[in-house]
Amino acid sequence: MHLPFRSGFIAILAALMLNAFQVYAAGVNVAVASNFAAPMQIIAADFERATGHKALLSLGATGKFYAQIKNGAPFDVLLAADDETPTKLIAEKSAVADSAFTYATGKLVLWSAKPGFIDAQATALKTASFAHLALANPKLAPYGRAAAETLAALKLDVPPNKIVTGENIAQTFQFIASGNAELGFVALSQVWKDGKLTSGSSWMVPATLHAPIKQDAVLLDKAHHNAAAIALLTYLKSPAARAVIQSFGYGI
Amino acid sequence: MLTDADLAAIWLTLRLASMTTLLLLLIGTPLAWWLARTRSAWKGPVAAIVALPLVLPPTVIGFYLLVTLGPNGAIGQFTQALGLGSLAFTFWGLVVGSVVYSLPFVVQPLQNAFDAIGERPLEVAATLRASPLDTFFSVVVPLARPGFITASILGFAHTVGEFGVVLMIGGNIPGKTQVISVRIYEHVEALEYTQAHWLAGGMLAFSFVVLLALYTFNASGKRR
Repeated sequence: MHLPFRSGFIAILAALMLNAFQVYAAGVNVAVASNFAAPMQIIAADFERATGHKALLSLGATGKFYAQIKNGAPFDVLLAADDETPTKLIAEKSAVADSAFTYATGKLVLWSAKPGFIDAQATALKTASFAHLALANPKLAPYGRAAAETLAALKLDVPPNKIVTGENIAQTFQFIASGNAELGFVALSQVWKDGKLTSGSSWMVPATLHAPIKQDAVLLDKAHHNAAAIALLTYLKSPAARAVIQSFGYGI
Repeated sequence: MLTDADLAAIWLTLRLASMTTLLLLLIGTPLAWWLARTRSAWKGPVAAIVALPLVLPPTVIGFYLLVTLGPNGAIGQFTQALGLGSLAFTFWGLVVGSVVYSLPFVVQPLQNAFDAIGERPLEVAATLRASPLDTFFSVVVPLARPGFITASILGFAHTVGEFGVVLMIGGNIPGKTQVISVRIYEHVEALEYTQAHWLAGGMLAFSFVVLLALYTFNASGKRR
């Protein structure tokens, strides 16, 4: 009675261990800033078809990735939401010198899940006719900082208790998409597909209102001989990858 | 050391935990009593629902609360009909979330305490012509006192330690929804490790003292 159960258990254990080894051996572990999730999933699939290397994506906030990388996280490549974190990692010898490059320039958009809520002049924002405006935490996220800079440039004094901040741009999007915040600043890539808005209403924030959101990629020190990781960074600069990046509304 | 925003987060957390514990005792006591006494076929399903927050990741609870509290969700439409607007990003939204999140930590100790009383004291009270309500307050509550104390401490402490749910439905507004755990997270993410240590260390000490008090109390209760 006990034997079949035990051998079954051992078989499952063996399968799990084998699986773990496979994942570890064949892939590039990529830390991806939340705003780049959608294009990167397409690029990773294309990359695997083109080269046979598998890119395993972890999505999150750039600041969190920085802390994790400094504490030995097993990432090979970082696709940051800013250019400061890669620069800092290179200066601290946690990333390969000269490997950083701007893979995308982020575009900020004021977005509402409600169609027609935001007009071409962003009247809803300028007249403060909302209960909650969502933005990513300016202390933590580059898109949040750009949003705060935009509010300052427009000389809008939004009362602090009307501003809700997401830990990263994905959470900010969730606040707005669920309708809990009427509007907010998100990355254009989150609401943009193939040259048009996927839902709701929006106002493109003029790039003159905030410092450019340069998103840099960097090869992390532990992967400086990892052929698959280097291939991924090369692939990101290819016309095929750039076309995907641009289709989500990013600049190159 | 601690900034004004840190102190505001501490004060907010204490207010949230107190309000949540109070509401949980009001909701949890009849619920636990029913669970302890009923022979209904609904006992299993209700007990399972009460225990759900024990096993669900807080992000699942937070995500569903965000959707339910929102303008298209069931609770959101109800609060909007009452003219209250959406509860997300408000203190009362956090209270709703915390009540759900800490429910099993209050209901289960109470239910165990009620179970332990058994039929006998209730039968005796009935033969002495005590009304059910009188029996409850004169017999059950004194006998279940350790259960009430355990439930209050666990409900309070668990709410203080809450993070994922508040992160999802709070919106991190200083003084309004920015509780200690979210504040610590922000400090850590912004690499302000010194400030994070002050709050995190305080939280660690607080949690230890609370649990120490609970276990010391339980041990002395058993010896009596």
